[in-house]
Amino acid sequence: MSSEEPLLELRGVHKTFGAVHVLRGVDLTVRPGRVTALVGDNGAGKSTLIKGIAGIHPFDDGDYTFEGSAVHVKSPRDSNGLGIEVVYQDLALCDNLDVVHNMYLGREITKNGFVDEDAMEAKARETLDGLSVRTLKSVRTRVASLSGGQRQTVAIARAVLWNSKIVILDEPTAALGVAQTEQVLKLVRRLADRGLGVVLISHNLNDVFEVADDVAVLYLGQMVAQIEVASTTRDRIVTAITTGELNRGDAA
Amino acid sequence: MSVTTTDDIHDVSPEDSASTLWKDYVAKIRGGDVGSLPAILGLVALVAGFSILRPESFTTAFNFENLIQQSAGVTIIAMGLVFVLLLGEIDLAAGVTAGMAAAVTSVLLTNHDWNTALAIVAGLLAGTAVGAFHGVIVSRLGIPSFIVTLSTFLALQGVVLTLVGERGSVNSGDFIAKLNSDTLPVWLGWVIAAVLVGAYAVLTFVSNRRRRANGLTSEPDLLWALKSGSLAVVAFLVVFYLSIERSPNPQIRSISGVPIALIIIIGLAIVLSVLLGRTRWGSHVYAVGGNMEAARRAGINVKFVQLSCFMICSTVAAVGGLMLASFSGGVNNVSGGGPTLLYAVGAAVIGGTSLFGGKGRVVDAVIGGTVIAVIANGMGLMNQPDSRKYIVTGLVLLVAASVDAISRRRAAASGRI
Repeated sequence: MSSEEPLLELRGVHKTFGAVHVLRGVDLTVRPGRVTALVGDNGAGKSTLIKGIAGIHPFDDGDYTFEGSAVHVKSPRDSNGLGIEVVYQDLALCDNLDVVHNMYLGREITKNGFVDEDAMEAKARETLDGLSVRTLKSVRTRVASLSGGQRQTVAIARAVLWNSKIVILDEPTAALGVAQTEQVLKLVRRLADRGLGVVLISHNLNDVFEVADDVAVLYLGQMVAQIEVASTTRDRIVTAITTGELNRGDAA
Repeated sequence: MSVTTTDDIHDVSPEDSASTLWKDYVAKIRGGDVGSLPAILGLVALVAGFSILRPESFTTAFNFENLIQQSAGVTIIAMGLVFVLLLGEIDLAAGVTAGMAAAVTSVLLTNHDWNTALAIVAGLLAGTAVGAFHGVIVSRLGIPSFIVTLSTFLALQGVVLTLVGERGSVNSGDFIAKLNSDTLPVWLGWVIAAVLVGAYAVLTFVSNRRRRANGLTSEPDLLWALKSGSLAVVAFLVVFYLSIERSPNPQIRSISGVPIALIIIIGLAIVLSVLLGRTRWGSHVYAVGGNMEAARRAGINVKFVQLSCFMICSTVAAVGGLMLASFSGGVNNVSGGGPTLLYAVGAAVIGGTSLFGGKGRVVDAVIGGTVIAVIANGMGLMNQPDSRKYIVTGLVLLVAASVDAISRRRAAASGRI
């Protein structure tokens, strides 16, 4: 594991929905400049964990530490305030708006009471250039006419527009073809290289082994292990996902 | 679009030729973004057709003024409806809201001798109150606007009957009557046209220059010139035509100049367009109409956007009601009823506003309202009975809604190549 100070640390978080105990004492560490893959079978609690971090469904119990200090994240506004942005699987884009307006959705810049299109367009363009996005012909294109990969790019660019520190991506490549997956994974890598902490939820172990530094395996609401990708193999991760046990004790 | 790795990053260069402009435009249309084009083409066809069939009456300056005044009420109601349609909602009560507001103003003026300004404000506020009611029910209780406004559509007809009496009618007074019958002095029409065209040309030119200097997307100069030029031609032709003496007996009473109704329509259209296109709130309206869940997650106050759109719709409808009352010389028991609402919805949709939400402009309502007025006016001059007018207008509305649905399909298809 990296020796850098963690951005986000969860220790023993719990979450129940009615009678269902979805998270049973989960630990998670997110470090700057690293991609942490979060894997697990359906129902393992990945989405619940993300929603807890984002404050949509706050955790019932456990420690939530951000940049070394304990914080209370009770709503999406709290997590946004800390610099945590989530890109959901459905991307939450407005098809009828252009790229600029989607990136500034709900947070438009105004000048003298009117929307400052110039400033927004310049900043959106700058952010996309900063991520070396080369596939958008014009930032004034309506999102409806973009491909799946381009839409994903816009959603990710929106997440980093706000000087965010952690970007959580929920299955960003699930609906993409081979070339576009490659393109999005490169973008994910660039986010980490810029010093952000990236959490990547994925079912696709190819993606995980290609782009992630660490992998965290959830099994029925418990964290099996969070280990460095380089120290393990695909087979072990598959075993961990399906049985909840990591072979030969290479847990961190 | 497949993945491109070339550096095709930068936006259209400003020095485009006419052929690239044309190509871009055709690509946009083929991609399903037809905007008001079908309505404008239809308008041209209708005007040409009626001009050939009834050259002695349809093309007269007198009829042109009449056309504007006939359409004013419906067009204004349609402008308000755009706000609700943009959310993917509907206000079936907009027509009777217009009638009710006009009845409130007329009763206060005629039966209670209120001051004109106060009576007008009271009528408009009555409209706002109806909108607030719709907005609260739709946004808080989540009842579909179709049902909510259908109930007020019925209830408000009862209110109008109560106000004006079962068989009665109420005079709206001199001031209201002038709103949709008087004209501006000829010179003032020219001044207003010149100011509007000049302001548009200068503002867009300056903005284009500034954006280009900052390396942002900008309109090519050629496109700017085409737009400003066409606006100037249309504006000056309209004013010229309306400046012709059109009274049958000029010695007794001279009629010339731009109708006040047209100024009210243009003024409202500008204010509402700025509200929708230039403010943060306006961006949120489009966002809610495009993807309500995304808007909610982005922190937009969806309930407030819904409430405010219904309020604007009904308030603007109240203005339309005053124009209707002015045109018919008063308010009666069917004011704003009958086909008024459907004509207004039709106007917005024919102009290019989508019934599915997220797409539309205030100008669409003006263009669509003109189409509907030309059909009614032209067929009237051809001595066609109301029955046929309804059938033709209905068919035109069906065509407009189909264009909307088909262009959406095209947009969806071209989006994921």
